[in-house]
This record gives sequence, C-alpha cells and structure tokens, in this order.
Amino acid sequence: MYSHIHHQANQPILDVQHINVRYDGSAALEDINFHLHVGERVAVVGPNGAGKSTLFKVVSGVLPPNSGDVTIFGSRPRGHVCIAYIPQRSQVDWNFPVSVADVVMMGRSAKLGPLNWPHKGDWDVVHHALQTVELSDLATRQIGQLSGGQQQRMFIARALAQEAELMLMDEPLTGLDTPSQEGLLNLLDTLRGQKVTLMVATHDLDQAARHFDRIMLLNHRLIAFDEPQNVLQTDYLLQAYGGRLKIQSGGTMVVDDCCPPEEK
Amino acid sequence: MSFFLEPLQYEFMQRGMIAAILVGIVCAVVGTYVVLRGMAFFGDALAHTILPGIALGYLISGGTRESLFWWALGTAVIAALGIGALSKNSEIKEDTAIGIIFAGMFALGIALISTVRSYAVDLSHFLFGDVLSVSTQSLWLILIFGSLTLLIVFALYKEFLTLSFDPILAATLRLPVGLLNNLLLALIAVTVAVSLQTVGVALMVAMLVTPAATAYLLTRRLAQMMMLAAVFASLSGIIGLYLSYYLSIASGAAIVLTATFFFLLAFVWRRIRAG
Repeated sequence: MYSHIHHQANQPILDVQHINVRYDGSAALEDINFHLHVGERVAVVGPNGAGKSTLFKVVSGVLPPNSGDVTIFGSRPRGHVCIAYIPQRSQVDWNFPVSVADVVMMGRSAKLGPLNWPHKGDWDVVHHALQTVELSDLATRQIGQLSGGQQQRMFIARALAQEAELMLMDEPLTGLDTPSQEGLLNLLDTLRGQKVTLMVATHDLDQAARHFDRIMLLNHRLIAFDEPQNVLQTDYLLQAYGGRLKIQSGGTMVVDDCCPPEEK
Repeated sequence: MSFFLEPLQYEFMQRGMIAAILVGIVCAVVGTYVVLRGMAFFGDALAHTILPGIALGYLISGGTRESLFWWALGTAVIAALGIGALSKNSEIKEDTAIGIIFAGMFALGIALISTVRSYAVDLSHFLFGDVLSVSTQSLWLILIFGSLTLLIVFALYKEFLTLSFDPILAATLRLPVGLLNNLLLALIAVTVAVSLQTVGVALMVAMLVTPAATAYLLTRRLAQMMMLAAVFASLSGIIGLYLSYYLSIASGAAIVLTATFFFLLAFVWRRIRAG
C-alpha cells in the first residue's frame, strides 16, 4: 500500500515510448513517442477525440496502454505519487459535500499514508497551497459555490498539496471567461519557479503559442512537437484538423472546433 | 410520560428499540456513500439477492435468528463481491446485469422458502423485518458487526472520501483502488446482514438511502452528513416503533415511513428556503 519510488535525477521526468491505445478496436493513440525535461511547459493541442485525455491517463498510470512504455524519472508511473491529473470541470460532481480545503487536503492522502489523519503540517501545506492560488478566503466554502476559474485554481492547489512535479491539466481553460483564463495562465506562469512540469490540453492555439515552451499537436498520432512557431504551420494544422481548418486571407487561421462531443 | 414509558416495559420493545437505533446509525453512515456514489440500485439488489441464502439457512438449520444472521452475512458478502466483479467486465450494461441477477436470486429464495408449509409467515418476516423478535444474542451480533463497520468507515475516512469524489485522483495517488472498492461493497453487505431483522429485505434500500439523502439536503460537509443521517435514522427507528406499538402497524414499515416523512420535511424546507 502507498509505495513511493525515489526519483533518479539524471532521467527525463517523462519518457513515452511507442504508446498504443485501442478502444473497442479503433486506435485512440498510435505509436506516440516523446520526452519531457523537468520544468518544461507543454500545450497539448488537437481536435476533440484526438486522444488528449487518453494520453494523460496513460502518462499518469491510470490507464495501461495496449503496448509501449511510459517512464517517470526512469521507472513505471505506477509507483509515483508525483503526477497530478486535473480533471475537466464537467467530470466533477460539484454538489459533493466537501469544502475547498477538504478537496485540497485529498492531495495529501498519499503522503499521509493509511489510517493517518491530517497533522498540523498537512494543514499548513493545504493553507499555503490555497494562498498560492489566492483562494484562502474561500477555504471553507462548499465547492459548488466557486466560479469556474476558482474551481480550476482549487485543483491546482490540490496538485500543489500533493507536491506534484508533473501536472496534467485537461482543458482547464474551456468554459472560462477571458479574465479567468488570463488569471489561470498567469498562475501557471508563477509555478515556473517551482520546477513544476506542465502538460495542458487546450483548444486555444493563440494562448498555446503565447504561454507555453512547446506545443504538442495530436490527432491519435503525434503530428508535431516543437516550439510554437515551428508547430503552427499550415500543413501540420491541416493534418490535425483537416477540413475543420479554414485559412483566411492574410494568413489568419480559424479552427472550427466548437460544441465538443464528449471525449472518451 | 407514560405514553413513552408504557411500551418500554416489555423487554422485546426495549430490544427492538436498541436494534432499531443501532441499525439506523450503521445504515445511515454506510448509506452516505451509497447516496454519494449513486449505488441505491446496487443496495436494493444486494438486499434481495441474499434471500436464497437466508432460505437455505432456514431449511437447513430450522431457522433460529442467530444462525440466519450468519447465512445472510455470508450470502451478502459473496453477492456483493460477485455483483461488483460482474458489473465491471460485463458485455451488458451494469444495471441490466444487476437487475437480472437480483430478480433471479430473489425468485430462487422464494421458491426455496415455498417448499415449507408455513412459508407465508416466515417469508413476510424476511421480506419486511420483525424487529420485535430480536433476541439478546442477535442484539450482540448487531452491535459487534455494526461497530466493526463504523470503525472501518472511520479509519478509512480519507481513502473512501478521495475515492468517491475523484477515482482518478485516488489512482494517481496510488491508493489501492480495487481493494477499497471491494471493501466498500463488503461493508454494504455487512450492513444489509445487520439490518435484516429490523426492516427486512424489501425495505432495506430505504434505510440505506433515505436518512442519508435527507442529510444531503441539509448539509454540505461529509462528516456532518453522516452524523445528521445517523440522527434521522435513529429518530426514525424510535418514532417508528412507537407508531408500530400504538397503531398496530408492521414495525419495519413504520420505521421506513417515518424516515420518508423526515425526507419530505427536509425537501419542502429546502424548497421554501430556496424560495
């Protein structure tokens, strides 16, 4: 129960080798290869159903791939408690009878170990995390009373309380108004100093280019994975989005990607 | 005063009262997870599924209440883990699979009991409970297994909470998700066995769901929800037994009706407050 694995510092934080995942016979992910170094910040971009959530579940060790290898600091993800998967807000039961601080404390479950109750030190970690995301005033609120941006920041606080080194965020910007989106992106920028490695699934190519070191373009296969200006090329985007990509005069690209169906 | 004391001069009423309170508390606390995880149908099915086990015990051991407890407990745990395993890797939908097993097993139970001549009376006790026939020995079994259940829920509070709120978080924190899920199923099974004599197979789901749902309407914290649910459930047990005594109605039905009344009160109160 609760095995923890020590990190080998000379290894990449994440190394993905020849990952294949199939759902009911059809391929969700095909031969994915890439690796990340500590502190890198990656935007994962692709059409709905491209396999972004699936990739995050494989990386976090929740979903075993049909073939291929994932290693975190040189060993399988199963023993690591340093990976935080931040769910889409639509996947969460916001009526669940827990407060904001309760949810953030859940991130401590692994560090606490079985049968232990939170100590003062754990509450300190929780309150510090809430301070970092500027939610201290709302700590005792039931989670359904938060705005979309606050809900997203609560999950970041939970990942901080977990002492996560790799954060996987599933479309955190979806459904937020522009000020909340900017607030969240600024918060993610401040995490840079804490050496947190970040993978964020998003639909917004412009934000992806402005706030992230690299962009991963995904549509079942890995189409491109490089610095933004090298990824946001018409031929790559056409491969990812196909007919949904419209190229306007002057070179502006519009991705018609609204009204997403439920992703697996 | 004598209104309240008169029924308590009978020892069977005292035992029944204690049983109803104990069972109420255990059902309410475990039921909190049943409500939050949307397992009401599973709870109902599980209660019905144990009937053939009870029937077998009844045919083999002649039906002393204490021996029936062990038969109920064994069947409930096996059925809970069986339904859990089947619904996970089944080609048909989970609720359909549960529905098929539950009705089939229930029919098997009725068929077994119907081989005995006096079956109508005994069957009704299994179906609707008979809290006034609880023996001192049964009371001890309820106390021991009920306390054990509460102890486990208390000890694994943060694990069950994390698992119920966000199973993916539980998995990334490397909590033993499969083990915890099966443990929770087993705890529901023990609760069902413990409650058998109080409310019976057919009304069991009400004790698992109604007090917890009432508390859910009134509070937004898990620990408070558990405590409030326990209060509603014990009150339902006490009031239900007085109703049963003075109005001569079946005890299990009286307890469940009282719990339902509390739920309706809470529901209306919420509506008025939301205005």
